[in-house]
Amino acid sequence: MFRVIASQMIVPNVHLLTLAAPAVAREAKPGQFVILRAEEEGERIPLSLSDWDADGGWITVVFLNIGATTARLASLTAGIDIPTVVGPLGNATEIENYGTVVCVCGCYGIGSIYTIARALKQKGNRIITIMEARSSYLFYWEDRLAAFSDKIIHITRDGTKGHRGHLARLPEIFRGLEEPVDRVLVNGCTFCMKRTADETRPMGIKTMASLNPIMIDGTGMCGVCRVTVGSVTRFACVHGPDFDAHQVDWEELLQRRKTYMPEEVVPLRTSRCEERHFKSQEKSHE
Amino acid sequence: MSEPVKKQYDLKRREMPKQPPEVRRYNFSEVALGYTPELAIEEAKRCIQCKKPSCIANCPVEIDIPGFLKKVAEGDFVSGIRVLKDKNCLPAVCGRVCPQEEQCEKTCIFHKKGGQIAIGRIERFLADWEAEQRELEMPQIPPRSGRKVAIVGGGPAGLTVAGDLIKLGHEVTVFEALHKMGGVLVYGIPEFRLPKAIVNREVEYLRTLGVELVTDFVVGKTRTIDSVLEEYDAVFVGSGAGLPWFMEIPGENLNGVYSANEYLTRLNLMKGFLFPKYHTPVKAHRKVAVVGGGNVAMDCARSALRLGAESRIIYRRSREELPARLEEVENAEEEGVIFDFLTLPLRYIGDENGWVKAIECQKMELGEPDASGRRKPIPIVGSEVIYPLDAVVCAIGNSPNPLIGSTTPGLKIGKKGNIEADEKTGATSREKVWAGGDVVTGAATVILAMGAGRSAAKSIHEYLRSLSRIPGNGS
Ligand SMILES: Cc1cc2nc3c(=O)[nH]c(=O)nc-3n(C[C@H](O)[C@H](O)[C@H](O)COP(=O)(O)OP(=O)(O)OC[C@H]3O[C@@H](n4cnc5c(N)ncnc54)[C@H](O)[C@@H]3O)c2cc1C
Ligand SMILES: Cc1cc2nc3c(=O)[nH]c(=O)nc-3n(C[C@H](O)[C@H](O)[C@H](O)COP(=O)(O)OP(=O)(O)OC[C@H]3O[C@@H](n4cnc5c(N)ncnc54)[C@H](O)[C@@H]3O)c2cc1C
Ligand code: SF4
Ligand code: FES
Repeated sequence: MFRVIASQMIVPNVHLLTLAAPAVAREAKPGQFVILRAEEEGERIPLSLSDWDADGGWITVVFLNIGATTARLASLTAGIDIPTVVGPLGNATEIENYGTVVCVCGCYGIGSIYTIARALKQKGNRIITIMEARSSYLFYWEDRLAAFSDKIIHITRDGTKGHRGHLARLPEIFRGLEEPVDRVLVNGCTFCMKRTADETRPMGIKTMASLNPIMIDGTGMCGVCRVTVGSVTRFACVHGPDFDAHQVDWEELLQRRKTYMPEEVVPLRTSRCEERHFKSQEKSHE
Repeated sequence: MSEPVKKQYDLKRREMPKQPPEVRRYNFSEVALGYTPELAIEEAKRCIQCKKPSCIANCPVEIDIPGFLKKVAEGDFVSGIRVLKDKNCLPAVCGRVCPQEEQCEKTCIFHKKGGQIAIGRIERFLADWEAEQRELEMPQIPPRSGRKVAIVGGGPAGLTVAGDLIKLGHEVTVFEALHKMGGVLVYGIPEFRLPKAIVNREVEYLRTLGVELVTDFVVGKTRTIDSVLEEYDAVFVGSGAGLPWFMEIPGENLNGVYSANEYLTRLNLMKGFLFPKYHTPVKAHRKVAVVGGGNVAMDCARSALRLGAESRIIYRRSREELPARLEEVENAEEEGVIFDFLTLPLRYIGDENGWVKAIECQKMELGEPDASGRRKPIPIVGSEVIYPLDAVVCAIGNSPNPLIGSTTPGLKIGKKGNIEADEKTGATSREKVWAGGDVVTGAATVILAMGAGRSAAKSIHEYLRSLSRIPGNGS
């Protein structure tokens, strides 16, 4: 059992959960993830590690409330135990001194790129963070990222902060920088990562994305997380989650992520009031 | 062979009651219902107690088969289970899934006449009878040795080592990557063949004996073997062969194409067949093709059927070469699984939304025997056929996961990704590290994994005792 230490909605629909998971915290590295189950009947879902403390024995995840499992996680309060937190899984993000690194992030990626930016900064890179959101009220952790960024640039679709528009503005933002960019990292929703890859490809800047296919075990056992990278099939949980964004077959990833769309809405169409009734019926299958 | 088989012997194997095919193909409850005490006694009485029992010789863990059959014949089930458990710590599991027809029953003296004793069914009966008594015999555990052993993987190999070593007085911790103990027994083999309650019972038994069971812990990720060894005196690796193979043909990443592991894990470990009560979704497919011919393929095809689909097996050789247990093939046939033999998938065809909609196959004919002694399938030119479908399950095999090897310096790994270990003792190239089960042999059987666990436990125990003679040694 893994205890919830803190739970908070940091901006509308984006939640933060801090969990006691000492074994994970001891080994965690930037870019890795955990797999959680919110309850005994729950699905296993992957979430990136957004922060951790080995001494304190805790980890933090930041997530978008998007479906049954994340809704359940969002409803948890301090003191509640959840049955599964396993990790740290996947490979750590490569941290070298590249020179100038642009960290593009949106949505939950703002949280998950934080420790990566921190590690890159500590390695001596110049960090330019580009945050993207629909509107300014959806930005969070700006102070944390500012502490490790030489520059923060905002893009909002409604123009309430920074550049107005979408990631299509990247080329012009890059042109406006004083120095050439040596590497781009992107964390966020699939579309945001694909779009970033599309924009940096013509510029020829190496771009790494943290892929988010459907997963079950997270250890290479089920193969549901397969992605095509440079026309080779890879298991994102063991070969990734970071891959060269210019080599990723993004259409396939977008497609595969939709596999269970019709089923995923089913649990959302319930108030969960009938749970007691189900619980008694299940006994026979235990 | 000392005993001549004469006509007066009772050669009629007692059938085991089963759910009728037209009923069971719509449910996930266990297919076989098990012997009644009367049937078990009748069947056990047929055994003639050979002086040199050829059945024992072909049992991987050398159970005293005539010994327990004799007790059953006498109606003394308490003694029967004791004889059985002396060699096999998971009889309820083995009685259900062991390929007895290839092992003990195959060399039973009555085999030639088709009257081999139904050893597996009696084994299963005894184990279930014991469980029903609800009074599991607790073994005497010697005083604590003060030695600690870590086990990687909660499958049959790991659980066997845990059971043996705790009974010898050592402290045992099992680390399991998934959220449930049992390995393939919980994530792979379906409920209708091996009810999960049975596996849980065995796991709970170990817990009462004092084994520490740690789930959600991936050795190599959460902690490396080297780090574990700072706290434990020895490690046993029983991490199985869990890495799924794919055909590597076009269209394999279309939606609706699964590995057998994914398909079965969703259903069994995650209980997807009870969606939405359990939250892991499973699709309601209409036409499913399963590629492969082993037990895994049969399990997938029969699961698909139970989820309401038309289900077919696509296998490149003929019925004779099917590696699955005959019993499972017959069960599948009775339930209505369609078999396409001598058929090889060439590619999966997708629709405009990225979903698989058909499979193109080539027909084969059998040529000369190959290295495995089976006749090699050869493609027939121009025989391509296309089957429309909406899901494919790829059940062509698994190999060991490379994680332990890649995170344990000095651990020797074979060509096929298996950990190299001594056949007799399970000792690996690394001091204090033993291994056994599928991770050493590649995908095999429950009983072989158990047998390997047994020998490794013995070897580990000897090693731990050698430590104790030098006070202050170890951590
Ligand atoms: C390595 C990795 C790291 C991730 N990190 C984060 C993170 O830090 N924050 C965050 O908000 N999200 C992250 N995700 C995505 C997150 O896993 C999904 O949003 C989550 O599983 C949705 O579950 P749900 O039940 O709430 O929603 P559902 O309604 O079940 O699903 C919504 C969508 O999420 C995806 N999804 C569903 N089930 C799974 C599953 N088992 N595994 C992966 N994706 C699934 C599907 O595309 C689906 O359409 C990450 C994904 C991966 C692979
Ligand atoms: C669908 C299916 C049907 C089968 N049917 C039969 C049958 O009818 N009869 C038969 O005899 N055999 C059958 N088998 C084969 C049999 O189940 C296996 O040979 C047996 O389970 C092997 O046991 P094991 O303990 O070596 O490995 P497994 O049962 O594979 O257990 C290994 C365990 O280790 C865990 N693990 C892996 N890596 C790590 C890690 N790094 N850290 C922590 N834990 C880890 C895994 O999660 C798993 O739980 C079947 C197999 C399958 C897949
Ligand atoms: S089971 Fe068969 S081989 Fe074994 S002792 Fe009985 S009759 Fe002989
Ligand atoms: S999540 Fe199962 S193999 Fe990657």
